[in-house]
Amino acid sequence: MEIFLKLVEKNGLIVGFLVIGVIVAFSELFSKKVLNSKIPGSAIAIFLGLVLGYVSGVFTGGEKGLSDIAIFKGVGILGGAMFRDFAIVATAIGASFYLVRKAGLLGMIFLFFGIGLFFFMGVLLAYAWGYRDAASLCTIGAGACTYIVGPVTGAAVGASSEVIALSIAAGVVKTIAVTIITPIAAQKIGLNSPESAMAFGGLMGTSSGVAAGLAATDPKLVPYGAVTATFYTGLGCLICPSLFFILLEMIF
Amino acid sequence: MKIIYGVALLALSYLIGQWLGEFFGNLLGINANVGGVGFAMIILMVLKEWFIKNSWMSPDIDFGIDFWNKMYIPVVIAMAASLNVKSAVSTGTLAVVAGAIPVLAAFFVFPLILKKFHKI
Repeated sequence: MEIFLKLVEKNGLIVGFLVIGVIVAFSELFSKKVLNSKIPGSAIAIFLGLVLGYVSGVFTGGEKGLSDIAIFKGVGILGGAMFRDFAIVATAIGASFYLVRKAGLLGMIFLFFGIGLFFFMGVLLAYAWGYRDAASLCTIGAGACTYIVGPVTGAAVGASSEVIALSIAAGVVKTIAVTIITPIAAQKIGLNSPESAMAFGGLMGTSSGVAAGLAATDPKLVPYGAVTATFYTGLGCLICPSLFFILLEMIF
Repeated sequence: MKIIYGVALLALSYLIGQWLGEFFGNLLGINANVGGVGFAMIILMVLKEWFIKNSWMSPDIDFGIDFWNKMYIPVVIAMAASLNVKSAVSTGTLAVVAGAIPVLAAFFVFPLILKKFHKI
């Protein structure tokens, strides 16, 4: 047992890969068998991660969730700022200039409108909940955009770990909401063409939610929604901690 | 072997982007990285286009980047698990409200804006 613990401690990051693999496998199974794939496995896995972080926080009294438990330290390395930002930058490879040029202005207009809408509604709600400092308001507003824009913004503007966790939770709730509501509302809101799917992807942004929601609506629309949604996180990461943060700092 | 070129390309974009982010943060007088990740993404897309144009791209290079692209959700899961969720839950209603209400608003305004653009 002692040898085993020493091995685990020495190979933290590798243990992290295994732990996340197990979490994802469990979530995929749960999504398929229990929820009939109504909520994507990725959304469940992120939620499960938050739950594990919560339980560990109660258990250890620490501030770093699961990674405060010695044998799970590697999860904190894998989920740390370096790997996170590296992986997010890599997602840009999925966006093609050609498709975006072809889709034209409409998607871009909805993209900017979507980020603005979600950000400022998030800020207003955070304000109503009693937050008054620019860094927290900005991070929660960014979290209302996506669960990636939230923590990236939070790290950049120096928000507290609590607020960053809150912004991720808000982003995950958004993903689930978009996934569930999209197939129900599609016909009513005129989401039935590649053009409208591009606009929809730009407005909603959360690429996992948009992709899952469109897959349940009409699989042919998925790439069109995904191509604008892919830009949403990048643009959000660019605008939220810069332009929007400066704007909030002027007000608060 | 060429897989490392892909990873190196990604690393180069990442480092230049982060450096630009730090640079602009300094310039704007905010002690923060301003959009470093966003800059890095734009740099990577431009580099990718440039590589494709010169037919330097190979499946191995692409794979080196795509591996990390596909790793992003696992990394986000790991990040979610290593956050101070306990403290966030005390304000838990805000997470649900800030996640769900803007989505409902967006579904409401989507057909209205779309109609406006169709008229033009």
